[in-house]
Amino acid sequence: MTLGRVVGCVWSTVKHPGLHGLRLLFVQPLTPELAPTGRRIICTDCTGAGTGELVYWVGGKEASFPFLPAEPPVDRTIVGIVDSIHLRKAEPVETAPGPAAAPKRKGKKSC
Amino acid sequence: MLIARVVGELTATQKHPSHEGRKLLLVQPLNLDGSNRGDAIVAMDAVDAGVGDQVLVATEGFSAMTSVGRPNSPIDTAVIAFIDAIELVPGVA
Repeated sequence: MTLGRVVGCVWSTVKHPGLHGLRLLFVQPLTPELAPTGRRIICTDCTGAGTGELVYWVGGKEASFPFLPAEPPVDRTIVGIVDSIHLRKAEPVETAPGPAAAPKRKGKKSC
Repeated sequence: MLIARVVGELTATQKHPSHEGRKLLLVQPLNLDGSNRGDAIVAMDAVDAGVGDQVLVATEGFSAMTSVGRPNSPIDTAVIAFIDAIELVPGVA
């Protein structure tokens, strides 16, 4: 699943019958810091998301599962509208169990 | 499966019903040397992981959705284990 922002929508009149009634939205993938990353993609939607909203989507066959028992030919679907993100930079906190594991790690930082 | 570090948590009220009751985590995939590999992704939590934990992430639909006990639901990524240690044999990898 990936974070993104809805930046627009796509209209299509001639399409596969399985896509009838589905909204097609343009989504810009984002990093957790909300910086754009990668190419914009087109997603279907099962949440009622609108332009400007922060969302997350699933890819692959699972993208058609929100529409069961129908199986529309889609590979990305928005499945949630994000309210907030609690982000904390991963600082090296020494909470890793098993101190015996430390010497074995080759150039590996602890969690 | 990916090695990743949990970098954040995400809340969503309006979401697919199958996602209710499970934590959503932002996880950053890692290289073996601990550096970031690509962009962070959203994963559903199956093991009660928290920010800063080094974890194993399933990135395939069936394994992800069954690990969180939600078959036939739109879930393609899940945190399925904590990583305690990684042992590399020098000269092999």
